[in-house]
Amino acid sequence: MKYLSLIWSALYRKPLRSFLTLASIFVAFLLFGLLQSVSVAFSEGVDFSGVDRLIIAPKYSIIDPLPEKHALAVKAVSGVELVSHRNWFGGVYQDTSQFFPRWPVPPESFLAMYPEYLLTDAEKTAFIQTRTGAIIGRPLAETYSLELGDKIPLIGDIWPNKDNTVWEFDLVGIYDVANDSVETEQMFMNFEFFDEYRQWSQGTVGNIVVKINDPDNSAAIASEIDRLFANSSDETKTTTEKAYNQMFAKQVGDIGLIMTGILSAVFFTILLLTGNTMAQAIRERIPELAILKTIGFSNISLLMIVLCEALLIVLVGSLPGLMLAAVLLARFSQSVAIFNGVELSGLIVAQGVGLAFLMALLVGLPPALRAMRLNIVDALGDH
Amino acid sequence: MTGTLIEIETLAKDYYRGKVVIPVLSDISLQIEQGDFLALMGPSGSGKTTLLNLIGGLDTPTLGSISVGGERIDKLGQGQLATWRSRNVGFVFQFYNLLPVLSAEKNVELPLLLTNLSRRERKKRALAALAVVGLQDRAGHRPTELSGGQEQRVAIARAIVSDPGLLVCDEPTGDLDRATADEILELLQLLNREYGKTIVMVTHDPKAADHANHCLYLDKGSLTGSQTV
Repeated sequence: MKYLSLIWSALYRKPLRSFLTLASIFVAFLLFGLLQSVSVAFSEGVDFSGVDRLIIAPKYSIIDPLPEKHALAVKAVSGVELVSHRNWFGGVYQDTSQFFPRWPVPPESFLAMYPEYLLTDAEKTAFIQTRTGAIIGRPLAETYSLELGDKIPLIGDIWPNKDNTVWEFDLVGIYDVANDSVETEQMFMNFEFFDEYRQWSQGTVGNIVVKINDPDNSAAIASEIDRLFANSSDETKTTTEKAYNQMFAKQVGDIGLIMTGILSAVFFTILLLTGNTMAQAIRERIPELAILKTIGFSNISLLMIVLCEALLIVLVGSLPGLMLAAVLLARFSQSVAIFNGVELSGLIVAQGVGLAFLMALLVGLPPALRAMRLNIVDALGDH
Repeated sequence: MTGTLIEIETLAKDYYRGKVVIPVLSDISLQIEQGDFLALMGPSGSGKTTLLNLIGGLDTPTLGSISVGGERIDKLGQGQLATWRSRNVGFVFQFYNLLPVLSAEKNVELPLLLTNLSRRERKKRALAALAVVGLQDRAGHRPTELSGGQEQRVAIARAIVSDPGLLVCDEPTGDLDRATADEILELLQLLNREYGKTIVMVTHDPKAADHANHCLYLDKGSLTGSQTV
């Protein structure tokens, strides 16, 4: 501790250089906190505890369709309270850059399944009774200046209609949401109209959503549902909404591998930069280190002082980075569906701190050894 | 004078440049009394600084022996020499060699970091050392905020803060104007007379040497004469 002021003073020697070094370490560990948390979330097993909604998806690929009649069979499973379904529409509104998810759904069961989408009674009735009816979130309506009664034309890129024309839906509801974790930029339209008017695959759905009466029994119910369709031509994989969202994101590629690749590149670069900075900082201070040796600091003391300097720089940069990652993940998990449940765990913090120590050792050891082996007479003579 | 502090016998020091041996000092024998103020003079390359480094335990001889206070420092290893220096020797250099990011007080405190003194006691002693050199009121200033003479005073305070018996000074006034140099030399005289410090000083400057009690002359690595001032 008595060397702390000596070690701390190294940060003030070249304030701009210190700031830039700290900033780069800060960003590296911020990325580590964010990406590692996402990577872990995407690689961990499905946690069924406490969930009351399950998604039934095709077993082998989420782009395969499921027979709509599966929904009827699922209704008979003990513990299942409510069944609905949805289908990925894709489509283009105005141009391809203006993308938002669009889902044909059976309005009545959908609204019962998702009470977090808030509509007036009149809007609910209109959605249920209008064959071409559609609802969108309020932010989306504001973005495109859409009002109730407007027509929403969509090009059916995945699902062309029987006339090979643009789909037209009537906006009958603009929904608000009950909490921040609900996605607001989506469009839901009447499945019946969609199913009748599409060119093929009538009677199929993308996935089935079920509400169960006992969250503690969710894993058993999921197994029971999958067992129901085992060895059929349309086997299922029942999972949680969170796991399904992650499965959906994994269509992009191996998320864990992508995250690891990015982090490796970031840390390799930071290691080179910080290592070079530390080496330069020590080179500039050779006479000072020689003076410390002259007045009696031992070789080991100098080795430890330089290593502690490296550790100080890395910790001062990395800890705030990890803290900001925790804050951002806490916010994202509330507001972005794909981040739902993603958090900076104690294990990742521990990994981050361990990484900081390793980084300090790697960047600090070469200059520390140089300081330790310094010949006083040569160093002072050169000065 | 209260007896011999430094005893050097048949000392030689060679440096090596590749396989080429460069003799710097040869067959040096001398004794320095406790409480003496000795000036080492001679032309550049005569070996003054090398001899000073050997006396201060910064370097080890090729041949011969050096005893300081009865201890054979030529027999000590690097770690032992570091400990010995911290307890027995204060160093003053031409270019002060203060740490620019530390205040005067923190610079003076540096040798005390090697002791078990409390933070409070270290501060008290650092301020006392600064008071001896007349800079107590500049304790919080960094080296860049001090004049050359003041910097050298801080360096002297750092050299005496752990109360070593021996001060080795390498051209302590070489970077100062005449008036400031005289002030520094008077301070060294004060430390020698009032505080009993034994001082060995390398200098080119005859006027600086006038402040010492004795002068030794070196040329081409050998002692060539002595003079009592």
